[in-house]
Parts: sequence; C-alpha cells; structure tokens
Amino acid sequence: MITHHNKMMYIASIEAIPSGEGRVFMVDETPIAVFHGRSGRVYATQANCPHKEGPLADGIVGGSVLICPLHGWKFNLESGEGPDCRITTYPVTVDSDGRILLEIAR
Amino acid sequence: MQQHKKRLVVIGNGMAGARTVEEILARDGAENYQITMFGDEPYGNYNRILLSNVLNGSQDASEIFINPMEWYRENCINLHAGVRAVHINREECIVTGSDGTVEEYDRLIIATGSSPFVPPIQNMYTEEGCLRHGAFVFRTLDDCTRIAGHAVKCTRAVVIGGGLLGLEAARGLLNYGAQVTVVHNMPHIMNAQLDSEGAGVLQQTLERMGISFRLNAVTSRILGEDAVTGLEFDDASKIPCEMVVISAGIRPNTQLAKEAGLVVERGIVVDDSMRSVNDDAVYVVGECAQHRGQVYGLVAPIWDQAVTLADHITGKNLFAAYTGSKTAVKLKVMGVDLASMGVTHPAENDEVVVYSQPKKGIYKKLIIRDNQLAGAILLGDSSRAASLIQLFDRGTQLPEEREQMLFNIGSSANGASIQSTMLEMEDDTQVCNCSGVNKGTLRKCALSGIKTVKGVMEATRAGMGCGSCRPLVKEIVEWACEGQMDEDPSVHYYVPGVPLSKTDLVMNVKNMGLKSVSSVFNALANGIEDPGSKPGLASLLKTIWGGEYEDERDARFINDRVHANIQNNGTFSVVPRIYGGVTSPQQLHKIAEVAEKYDVPMVKITGGQRIDLLGIKKEDLPKVWKDLGMPSGHAYAKTFRTCKTCVGTDFCRYGLGDSTALGIKIEERFQGLESPAKLKLATAGCPRNCSEAMVKDVGAVAIEGGRWEIYVGGAAGAHVRKGDLLCTLNSHDEVLQMMGRFMQYYRENAKYLERTYGFVERIGIEKIRSVVVFNSEGTAERLDAAMQASVDAYKDPWLEAVEPHTPNQFAVSLPAGGIL
Repeated sequence: MITHHNKMMYIASIEAIPSGEGRVFMVDETPIAVFHGRSGRVYATQANCPHKEGPLADGIVGGSVLICPLHGWKFNLESGEGPDCRITTYPVTVDSDGRILLEIAR
Repeated sequence: MQQHKKRLVVIGNGMAGARTVEEILARDGAENYQITMFGDEPYGNYNRILLSNVLNGSQDASEIFINPMEWYRENCINLHAGVRAVHINREECIVTGSDGTVEEYDRLIIATGSSPFVPPIQNMYTEEGCLRHGAFVFRTLDDCTRIAGHAVKCTRAVVIGGGLLGLEAARGLLNYGAQVTVVHNMPHIMNAQLDSEGAGVLQQTLERMGISFRLNAVTSRILGEDAVTGLEFDDASKIPCEMVVISAGIRPNTQLAKEAGLVVERGIVVDDSMRSVNDDAVYVVGECAQHRGQVYGLVAPIWDQAVTLADHITGKNLFAAYTGSKTAVKLKVMGVDLASMGVTHPAENDEVVVYSQPKKGIYKKLIIRDNQLAGAILLGDSSRAASLIQLFDRGTQLPEEREQMLFNIGSSANGASIQSTMLEMEDDTQVCNCSGVNKGTLRKCALSGIKTVKGVMEATRAGMGCGSCRPLVKEIVEWACEGQMDEDPSVHYYVPGVPLSKTDLVMNVKNMGLKSVSSVFNALANGIEDPGSKPGLASLLKTIWGGEYEDERDARFINDRVHANIQNNGTFSVVPRIYGGVTSPQQLHKIAEVAEKYDVPMVKITGGQRIDLLGIKKEDLPKVWKDLGMPSGHAYAKTFRTCKTCVGTDFCRYGLGDSTALGIKIEERFQGLESPAKLKLATAGCPRNCSEAMVKDVGAVAIEGGRWEIYVGGAAGAHVRKGDLLCTLNSHDEVLQMMGRFMQYYRENAKYLERTYGFVERIGIEKIRSVVVFNSEGTAERLDAAMQASVDAYKDPWLEAVEPHTPNQFAVSLPAGGIL
C-alpha cells in the first residue's frame, strides 16, 4: 500500500523489464530486485536469496510466486514468505505513464 | 440449537466405536448429533493391540489409552463408562443399560466387538460358572492385570492357542520367569498367516527364546479343583502347570443385535454404507460386523469401515461405500518381524518364490497369480513389507526380477539404501545427501500428515537436488504411512501446474493451437501461472511447434535466457562448442586471448571434453561470445550437449572404427537440440570404451567388422547405469539416422526432466527396439522427418550477442531513475 508520507523513487520505465521477468536496480547503493508480472503487476524485493545469496531477479516468476535460480527456493512476492524465512519486500507501483515507483522511508 | 440435534447412541467404546466417533467429529458431526456412548469397561478408550506390551511389561497401562475420560467431556460426549447395553428396542428407538439407564436414539451404532472363544474343556468352570482359579482369557485391560498378578506366583504356564494373540501372551508370561508351553490344536502355529514352512522357522526362533510347543494337541480337561494344577489332552497325556491362558480365537458379540431382531449370521449383516440390512437407523462397525460375508478382526479394515460410516451418517458423502478390504498384516510376534497378506498357499498354476534361511529366522514367500501378488509372507525381515502391501492392495503388475520384491537390491546409488530394513535404519541416517535430510525428519514429516512423496520432498527439500535418493525417500514415506499414502494426482501430469498427462496435454496443445506458455495456462489451467511448470511447457511447445513456437523468454530458466550456466556467485560459465572434443592451436590461442582479456578466474577442461571459462559476469557474456567467434556449446540447457570421442582409428593402435569423425558428425547434426533433459553422447573406437560410450544417454561403440553397437539409457552421474544395446549398425550414416530416431522418440514420449536412463527403464528396451529399429508402429519415417525439421530449425543462440532479444537481457544491475 502506497502512502504519501514517504519518498517516491522513480526506478525506470516498465519497458525496462520484459513481461514476466525481473531486473536489479541500484537504489542508494542498495540492489533491489524488481519484477514485472505477466498480469502487469510489479513487485520489489531484496536482491539476493537468504539461502545462498542467489540472484533473485534471475528467478522464474508465476503469479506472485518466485523461484530462486540457484536451488529452487520459493517465495511469495507480496508477503516475502519463503521456506522457514522471509525476504524483504518494498511497496512499488506503476503509474499511468508506465513509470515504476518505489516507496522508500524518509 | 441443542434441542434440534439428533441423538446418536453408540454401543461399544472399544477401538472401532471410538474411532468411528472420532471420524464423525472430524466431519463436524457434533453440530448435528448429540452423542452418547455405552462402554462395558470403566475406562476411556485404549489400544487393545498394545495389551501384550502391558502384559510383558514394556508399556504401562496408562500409556495405551487413546482417548482418556477428558476427551469425552471436551467433545460433549455422554459416556456411560462401565455400563453394558443390555437391550435394544427398535420400535421405540431405545437402548437400555445394565444400570437401568435408558437412552433414546435417532441413529444407533453397534460396535460391540468380539469376545474370547473358550473351547469346550471339562472342569474349566467352577460351580458358580466362573473360570477356575488360575485359568484366564486374554482380551481386556482387566484380564491383563489379573494374568500379571497370577503369573508372578507361577513357575509353569500354558497358553492354549498358537495364534498371534496366544504367542504374544506366551511372550508376556516368559517375562515373569515362568516356563511357558503353547498348546495348539493345528499342525502348525499362526495358521491364518503362515504356511507350515514359515511356521516351522518361527517356531524354531521362539524355541530359542525358551518357549515349548505342543502341536496337534486338543485339551480335554483342566486338572485341579481349588486351582489349576495341569492339563489333560485327548490322548490322555498330561502336563503340570499353575496357570492356563486361553487364547483360542474370538467370536463376534452379536447377542444384543440378534435379540433386537437384526439380521445376524456370523456377524451382524451390513450393506456397503455399514448399515444393518434390515434397519436404516442402525449402523454396525468393527469385529461384530459382517460385510459381504467377511468378518474382520484387524485394525486397518475397521478404520476403513469407520470412515465410510462417518461419511454416510454425517451426510458428507451419502454415496460412501465400503467395498471390503484385502487383509494384510505387519506386526511383531515376540519381537520377530512378520508381514503376511493374501493367501498362504498357492493354487494350481500359481508361481511361488521362496527364500528361507531358518538359522537366521528368515523366511520369505511370494505367491504370484497372473503376474499380481496373491499372497506374501515375510518373516524375520519385513523391510520390503510396505512396498509389498502396496503391490498387493493395488493389484500392480509385478517386476520381472522377482528378487527385487524380497530384497533391497541397488535401488539407488545412495549408500543409505544398503541399510537392510527401515526399522533398523537409524533416525539420524542421512538419506538426502544434497540437502542433508535424515530419515527421522522424513518420518516425522510424513507422520505430521503430509502423506505424499512430493509433499514430503517439498517440505523437507529431500530429493530436490540430484534426485538420486528419491526411490529411498519414497520407501521411507510409504513405510512411515504404513502404505496409507494420499493420492497425488500431479505425479501423472507432465508439469504440476497443468492437470493433464503428457499425451492429453500434447493433444490439447495441438487441437487448440496453443503456441505460447501463457496461452497454455490461460486455456488449460484456469489462467493460473505456475512458475515451476513454465520451463517444462516451454520445452514441450518448442518440440511440438518448432519454428512456429511463440517464445516467451520469462518461461525459460535463467540459463536459457542468457545462454550460459549460472554459478553459485551469480556469475556464469561459458563453454564454446568444440565438435567431438577435437580442437586446434588457433582455437586454443583464441580461447586463451579471451580468457586473459576478461580476466577469467578459472579455465577448466570439463568432463565432456570441453573448455569451460568460469566466473564470467552476465554483462560480459555477449562480448565474450563475439570475441570467441565460436558457437554455443549448450552446456547450460536441457538439450543435446556433447559427443565425447576417443581418437579411434586416427592414431590409436587398437581403434576399430573412426569414432572421432563419427562424433563430430553427430555433434554437428544434433547440437542444441531441445529435449526433456540433457543428452550426453559418446563414440568409442573399440570395446575398451575409453570415451565411456556405454554409460551415455546414447553411445556408439565400434566393433570388429566395421560395425557399430548403439547403446541407449546409460548414465554415470547421480545415477549409474550401463546402457542397453539397442542394435548393431554398419555405417556412420546408419548410426546418425538411428540415434536421431531414438532421440526423437525420447523427445516425444519422455516426461520433462526424465533422463534416458529412467525413460528406457520405464518404456522397456524391447518396446523401444521394436518401434525404433523394427518400425513396429510404422512411425520410423515420421520420427526421422520430425528430427530433420528440428535439425533444420537450429540457430546458434550466441548470435544474440549481436542483437539482444529482450531489454537489458545481460544487465547485472541498472541505475534507478531518481527521486520524484
């Protein structure tokens, strides 16, 4: 849920990420994985898997589920929930101009 | 609300009655029924099977209770403990208890169980009609206490009855220091579960423990007046003893039902919904019920009856039907493992497989009828019991190698499978060597209610690595669930997210013209996109549609999106195509230059005779390819990978055939060919097999006379298997054609990720040979044409170095745009 008390960061045009895939963006020196679901929804999470640091943006996305490319750990992109662990998720949205906007705490 | 509930009365608080009530509660039955139970014994409900443990002292009475008194209170069940139901009035729907209690019912469940059968023996009873002092039956917790109390004062005890319960009683008595003799009126013990040979082996084992036997012996008289002093047999011989325990079988308790006018034969006769055949308001369950002519005394069938009854009475499933049980038992007789199922003696034309090692107390027998298991006995080693019970229950066609059913022989490459029995295997034995999951974790997971192999694998991550432990994981889950596995329909699907077998999926895809992965989810999976199913669908669609396939890159695994193999640190490895493993100084110079230019951390020769540049950054991949100027070696994909060769006739003094030229031709023809799993090939110039062609997915071995042997289904990775000889051919061209035809047959018929070793074993080499070599289905020409089309459609993926296919395809990370 986007609230307007925090900073809105413009990440990139939605076209920078092919439909159904993920890419990593550097946000204040922090890598953040942003996913462009086939439904049109976007998700943002920490960049690396808590298991063995796998690059999550290289994973496979289906609905709101992500599979890490290294050992197949599954995560829910909305809640961050994974096998006995949780990844950080960030509020993110796409505006009417197709711009990906990430909310970051002030 | 309370007054609107219907009244359910249950007569009998034993294992059947209580289990049925549990099943009813699990179906929210308490919302519709006020439940009242009559229990003859003044306790809650206990596990009667464990009574022998109480007798032999290995368990305390308090440990065998299933439902203590609180359970009844918590579930608002009105229990008349210690009150026997003495009368059923079906006209007025009333049950009367021995203490005068009157309960009305809308529905009645009779679960009166059975009573010990006491054979007609003179002087058994006192004038008051009680068993003589020192004589006991063995059925209830109270019997158990009385026997134990008396046994401590005895030096000699006799058990009448050599069935399971009798032997368990004998074992219990042994622990009190008494000399124990088992008297049995049949030629061998446990005649319901064992044949005479098996019984002989068991008897020897028990004699070594100190028990004596008298077989074919009919007891005619109890000796002694104030107390038992001995037994007399019908041949007038006598033996002295201070106590006798009678365990000569059971008889269903049907008197109450008979007096109430219900149809009673051996038991109370019920229909498939477990209702009395002449009163719809009355259900019957357990040892007192007679269903399709059978009365069951084992727990498993009774649990099945309880499920059907509960489904029906709660209205959850009015069509629930119990259709009878095939009886299989797995138990311990005095600590000796025994599993017995089906018939114990073969009929004419039955096949019998027997293994006997009496000194070790081991006896195993299979009775096979029409290639199905009609009966089995496993004594002394029941490690295969779970899988045999499953084969027996399901009527599965049996493997030709009968010994596989009796012993654990090389079922996987995993060392843990050497453990001879599931019971012997320690909980801390590591089963999955990739994820480090031990047996105890798997067992607990299965017992927690996850009763499918896939569910246990996903929860524990066992078998999710190389997969070689999967057969063992399956066995452990089957064993832990005692064969009572939940159906997992997705094992029959091509991919878990689309509920269709491969055949049905292919048919739908073709008929509906589905050319992209997303269109398959939309048309065949209610629009639900399952990420784990995407690569499998992509592979299949590419095989079906070739050039017409609508390639959606997000359906691919990362390796196939960037045409390189992802490494543990997120970098990639680059393996250029070196046909047949034959390189040149110019090529080596080029590779060396590239390795230096990009500061490649490791340059390595692979197992497939290629050169691997490891640790390349994703963004450097296109530049590396361009600089190399070599095609992709596909060392990252589910495709044809490599063809290893030996030097063959070029230089080798033993070479019989030109394996190098053949290997290069194979690789040029089939490079990059999509398939259900990777394909690794080899050619060998002579039977010394230096290139290991016999353990490859497809291999060609030159033999004297200018001929080539073709092997398929070999493996030397997570699984080790020597390939099967498919055929022998006369030329390179014949080899290329036959290999292509086999690979096309495999592509069309294998499951996703099923390597050829699994495929060849599943389909059978004879079947494959008949289709591929002898064209038994008339498909050879079509297979050859389909393969040719795929070969023609090949395009080197590294050409994407010049023109990336998707935005930011090779970007490791991108700068974010900025604050708004």
